[in-house]
Amino acid sequence: MIKNKYLILRRVFQIGLMTLYFGANAWGWTFIIGNLSSSSILGTIPMSDPYAVLQMFAAGAVIASDIFIGALVALLFYSLVGGRAFCSWVCPVNIITDAANYLRRKFEFKKIQKKQPATRYMRYWVIVISLIISFGFGVTAFEFISPVGMVHRGIIFGLGFGWAAIAVIFFFDLFVLKNGWCGYICPIGGFYSIIGRFSLIRVKYDEEKCTLCMKCKEVCPESQVLFMVGKSSDQVLSGECTNCARCIEVCDDDALNFSIRDLINKKNKES
Amino acid sequence: MKTETISERRKFLLNTARAIGLAALGGLVWSAYLDEVTASELTLRPPGALDEEDFLATCIKCGMCVEACPYDTLKLAKPGDNKPLGTPYFEPRDIPCYMCTDIPCVPVCPSNALDIKKVSTNNQLDINKADMGVAVVDTKNCIAFWGIQCDACYRACPLLDQAIYLDYEKNERTGKHAFLKPIVDSDFCTGCGLCEHACVTEKAAIFVLPREVALGKVGDHYIKGWDKSDEKRLKNAEAHITKTELSKEKAIDTLNDMGGLLDD
Repeated sequence: MIKNKYLILRRVFQIGLMTLYFGANAWGWTFIIGNLSSSSILGTIPMSDPYAVLQMFAAGAVIASDIFIGALVALLFYSLVGGRAFCSWVCPVNIITDAANYLRRKFEFKKIQKKQPATRYMRYWVIVISLIISFGFGVTAFEFISPVGMVHRGIIFGLGFGWAAIAVIFFFDLFVLKNGWCGYICPIGGFYSIIGRFSLIRVKYDEEKCTLCMKCKEVCPESQVLFMVGKSSDQVLSGECTNCARCIEVCDDDALNFSIRDLINKKNKES
Repeated sequence: MKTETISERRKFLLNTARAIGLAALGGLVWSAYLDEVTASELTLRPPGALDEEDFLATCIKCGMCVEACPYDTLKLAKPGDNKPLGTPYFEPRDIPCYMCTDIPCVPVCPSNALDIKKVSTNNQLDINKADMGVAVVDTKNCIAFWGIQCDACYRACPLLDQAIYLDYEKNERTGKHAFLKPIVDSDFCTGCGLCEHACVTEKAAIFVLPREVALGKVGDHYIKGWDKSDEKRLKNAEAHITKTELSKEKAIDTLNDMGGLLDD
């Protein structure tokens, strides 16, 4: 058994996807063209960032059918299957923030910084403010400052000063706030948190196997979703879980695993 | 000393106030930034682009137009380009628009920020309808206006003799030669920038600007009396006579009246 198979798989997926996008622009590959804002798979299936489309809507743009269908495709996929998987499996910024977080663990920053001086609800405010500004100015507000956009566009079309955005996120996550960008600020992550709560792929925690080593909580970028660890066997149902599977592979006791959402059990509990 | 515990309600109010304050500050900085970047009005857009205001709301910044352009004309604004981030633009002096008849950049646009209708006549793609900008001649630095024979821009123009025509004029200085002055007709110019690209001067003496920037506007109250269709606008016009202090006197008297402009 490979120790970090999900991590390796994720990196292969992230880098592979970016390579496909890059190849489409540089060498005319046709598998997937565009970028993470809007793309076309094999020239037929459109896929658009639903959060960007929401901003366009707020800005008063006439939404074209391609974009609308594309947003629906993405919305359906993530709300039914992937959850917030966009963040950990697709978004290239994830590699930057994971690197910062890795260094934090290596240098044991938690001994110095114990409390996180911010609330994870910040990202939902950012969504609200972005929609208000989009409405007021008639532009897609977040798309004009999005470091995520800068980075993935940078990889495909050339980076420019985009490296500064990468550096800012890296150092912010490293020195200011643990998982600061993805866990507190990024409205794209916030948006997928909202729609991801319904998805079917869920991490499942088994209390009987758990030895309370807490490695999972330490490695989890959204550790609040693992509140049940040591308390009760349960599925991680929070939309904020990115399905990155780091908790699964750091667990030496096999107490965490992927599972399909338990719809029947839940109904029984409710009734 | 008595330590007072802070009530839950007070904590809540304080936290709410802090959150609102932070949000307002963030929103303000954000808005100011947007105001700044979206005001860069010298950006040239791909053919068929909606008016800048609608374009900024509609473009999803996917770069498919950039990928479709066979000449690498279009670029996506990067940080540091001083253009609205992620939006497509081109710089004609660098690479102009080569006016492909199949306009590959427009139909691929998923958001219709590049509107096929704006570059079609009778449902047929027609690149000559593009209005990316309009060329402007700097007559002081155009060598053709100096009397040196140059028709680089005129020859480069895909709408030869329409978008740019030559104005022949006798050169009084030499008495032997003629000026061949390039004149742009904004009714035909698409703003492709092939002229700017071809211009032989060190910095182009003919260059493309967005139409809103380059063109003037006369206002409704000027009427071309020699133009039958324009003259029609007078048909239902009414005359308004405004009486001011000055119009009480005869015009000549008004002109002669120095009215305190001179010292006695």
